[in-house]
Amino acid sequence: MDFETVIGLEIHAQLLTETKLFCGCRSRFGDPANTNGCPVCLGLPGALPVLNRRAVAMAIRMGCAIGCTVAGRSLFARKNYFYPDLPKGYQISQYDAPLCGKGELPIVVDNTVKTVGVTGIHLEEDAGKLIHDRAPESLFDVNRCGTPLIEIVSEPDLRSPAEAYAFLIGIKAILEYIEICDCIMEEGSLRCDANISLRSRGEKKLGAKTEIKNMNSFRGVEKALEYEARRQEEVLRNGGKIHQETFLWDRSANRSIPMRSKEDAHDYRYFPEPDLPPLTVNPEEVAALRKTLPELPAQRRQRFIEQMGLQENAAEVLTSSRKLADFFEATLATYHDARQVANWIVVDILRIINDLKITIDQLEITPGHLGALLKLIDNGTISARSARKIVDLMQERDQDPETIIKAEKMQQVSDSGALENIVQSVLAKNPVEVERFKAGDGKLISFFVGQAMKATMGSGNPKEINALLSKMLR
Amino acid sequence: MIDREQVLHVARLARLNLTGEEVEQFSRSLGSILEYFEQIRHAPTEGVDATNVMARRHDALRNDIPVPSLKRDEILQNGPQIRENHFAVPKVIDG
Repeated sequence: MDFETVIGLEIHAQLLTETKLFCGCRSRFGDPANTNGCPVCLGLPGALPVLNRRAVAMAIRMGCAIGCTVAGRSLFARKNYFYPDLPKGYQISQYDAPLCGKGELPIVVDNTVKTVGVTGIHLEEDAGKLIHDRAPESLFDVNRCGTPLIEIVSEPDLRSPAEAYAFLIGIKAILEYIEICDCIMEEGSLRCDANISLRSRGEKKLGAKTEIKNMNSFRGVEKALEYEARRQEEVLRNGGKIHQETFLWDRSANRSIPMRSKEDAHDYRYFPEPDLPPLTVNPEEVAALRKTLPELPAQRRQRFIEQMGLQENAAEVLTSSRKLADFFEATLATYHDARQVANWIVVDILRIINDLKITIDQLEITPGHLGALLKLIDNGTISARSARKIVDLMQERDQDPETIIKAEKMQQVSDSGALENIVQSVLAKNPVEVERFKAGDGKLISFFVGQAMKATMGSGNPKEINALLSKMLR
Repeated sequence: MIDREQVLHVARLARLNLTGEEVEQFSRSLGSILEYFEQIRHAPTEGVDATNVMARRHDALRNDIPVPSLKRDEILQNGPQIRENHFAVPKVIDG
């Protein structure tokens, strides 16, 4: 039997507001524990929540960016559960009347575009942080409690872990482009849960699904889903049944482990939040927010392909991150060849970022320095091969390419073979002078030396050049 | 009256340990509360919002401007047990 994988994602994104969703406490990551708290986020009796205007605007902008309908009127709801990360005993969320309704996101997998449905986007508050491994008890920090989140829910339209990865990356790119989330999965500012089920191909009904949580890296999502799809397939092939359960992804072991079964975990007893009025948004406000959207990844990708002549793959990779695309365009301002720049970023800059496990912000290489490096390849100062080494040193030392070439004596001229090539090309470019020299105009030797020196950016050995010239002109 | 099972279910969700006597007591009192809500349900509320009881404020939103939080000592003062500037709570997952 041939199986089809069906995946739906729930993505939580922390919004980059200054303050929490329902109170004026700061919502900053990394502040000292239990310093951002007040009666509202501590759930003290009598405290009343007041909604953060900016968080609403950010959620609406995301809705606009992925073609969601924006509800003129939406409601908040209480999701009740007892857990020590939630002082109030309930999370204020949205349930049956969320802020944003249906939308869609085109994804590209294997150079094919597919449109994935988005069920909706709602606003909710984050829970606090629990630390389990520092003390005999669990330790609770209220700082994150009440941080604004949007939850973006996809339709079960994804048919493979690769599609799920592409969807997640697509959502991440948009969140970054519109600057409402910094999308660092490792720090939890972007989180992803997945529902996954298998069904025999051609079957219309959905199979029993499992949920996977705790996938705290982008590739981790893909890996966890691959693992779970394999596990389900094995169970089904052996005649077993899939039980609806929740798994936690264990990244270090590369496997999922069943969550200790939480009895009644899904009995949240939602009811309308009595402390908050319905949220009303008028169409003019939505239109005004829509106007604030920048060029989005899909548009930028199209522009890179059509106007700059990039390959689809390169355009896709570059525009998947706003900062990477910005880096590309900034480099292009200093060097003319778009394909060349794209190639260097996709291959070498990304290699450095991945190898060093850094973000693009931590890159020491500037667009100007990359442009300069490419020019040095063009004028023959260095070979493309040594440029690969130089680009690593540019990152390591935070220096421009010329400084590194000097310090490392990496000019092609440092090996005599390369120097010979330069002298040869100088001669080839100046046939008239060569003829005159051979006819007896000995002073021209200094002209050739000068040309060869210029070609080596002044760092060739004049004696050697002289020797080579005498030999070759003989 | 609501039955014993329902009371125990709600108690479990609220992490409450009830004695047999309390189960009896709550099945009666929760039952009468539900009966009261059943009466309210029959009130004519067509076209009235579920959240209509709230005082209408012209502007129910807040600008994204930080206000000072409580001091850490104040934040932690009601915690039953404090460790390393955190609320110490019963361990909730196997460490």
